[in-house]
Amino acid sequence: MPPGLVVGLTWLVVCQLAGEVLVRLTAVPVPGPVVGMVVLLLALEVRRRRGRDTEQDAAVLAADGLLRHLQLLFVPAGVGVVAYLGALRQDAVPVVVAVAGSWLLGLVVIGWTTRVLERPGSRA
Amino acid sequence: MRELVESPVFLVALTLAAYRLGCWVRDVTRGHALAQPVLVAIVVTGAAILALDVDAAVYADGVQVISFWLGAATVALAVPLHRQASRLRGFVVPMLVAVPLGVVTSVVSVVLLARWTGADEELARTLSPKAATTPVSIALSGTVGGIPSLTAVLTIAVGVLGAVAGPAVLSLARITDRRARGLALGGVSHGIGASRALAEDQTEGAFAGLSMGLTALTTSLLLPLLLVLLL
Repeated sequence: MPPGLVVGLTWLVVCQLAGEVLVRLTAVPVPGPVVGMVVLLLALEVRRRRGRDTEQDAAVLAADGLLRHLQLLFVPAGVGVVAYLGALRQDAVPVVVAVAGSWLLGLVVIGWTTRVLERPGSRA
Repeated sequence: MRELVESPVFLVALTLAAYRLGCWVRDVTRGHALAQPVLVAIVVTGAAILALDVDAAVYADGVQVISFWLGAATVALAVPLHRQASRLRGFVVPMLVAVPLGVVTSVVSVVLLARWTGADEELARTLSPKAATTPVSIALSGTVGGIPSLTAVLTIAVGVLGAVAGPAVLSLARITDRRARGLALGGVSHGIGASRALAEDQTEGAFAGLSMGLTALTTSLLLPLLLVLLL
């Protein structure tokens, strides 16, 4: 195990917990991990402003490791599809049309809206 | 033998092995769009538990040690964002308009398309939160009267669709700005789209993660209201 891995994972879980606490205190309908993401982002920004090299932070190293295998973490929920094979076959047309159509519309709407509103000259 | 097949250690080993296989397929095909490790892993693991007659609920219970880390991985998306924080300048307004507009588009279009093609109201409700990341879509599905575990499956499906086809469709639509591409992918295909975006480009991945968070937030706020208007 690389040194600092447990320390890094601890920070990530603690940020998630902080997110869960904030969600419960404020009753905003947002998932705890998303708030935890904001907590970690603010913490990293503060540390950078104080002159620390955040690239060496244990939380950053653990995050990189976890994100490299992000797709693995979605496998359990995806395998749940076996329980719905019958139902999905029966409703195949509405499910495929609605999911694919809505996905395409959403993708294009976000992309084009962003392009229209972007300040000229700030292109990445 | 039955106990062994239904034990967490077997189910976790199966899942990890299927994921490794998925990574191997991705590497030998030199990152072909269809060879997303998540897709290969779901197909292989799903086929295996069907063949071994393992109940889906038993499987889900057995692999909780894997699902648990999804929360920490969501937190971890702060890191690419932190690296790209300077690129947020001049981009906040477009983002705060485009992403909520994307959420409204996703919800309205999925509900209307489903109803027009013959879905009942429960299926439309089940589909409605599919653009939000899995833990959120599951929770929302329950509150709006859908079937949460089916919503989870459909959310994964829309994520896989984004990982497979997203970059190509964005290029066809002539969206070339890395930040815009990231926002679009994260906004419709959440974490799975973000993982593909990260593989394409650091900036794209960072903005996909940010968009995933904003989408989760906006969907939570708007979904109940939109469904009242639509159904």
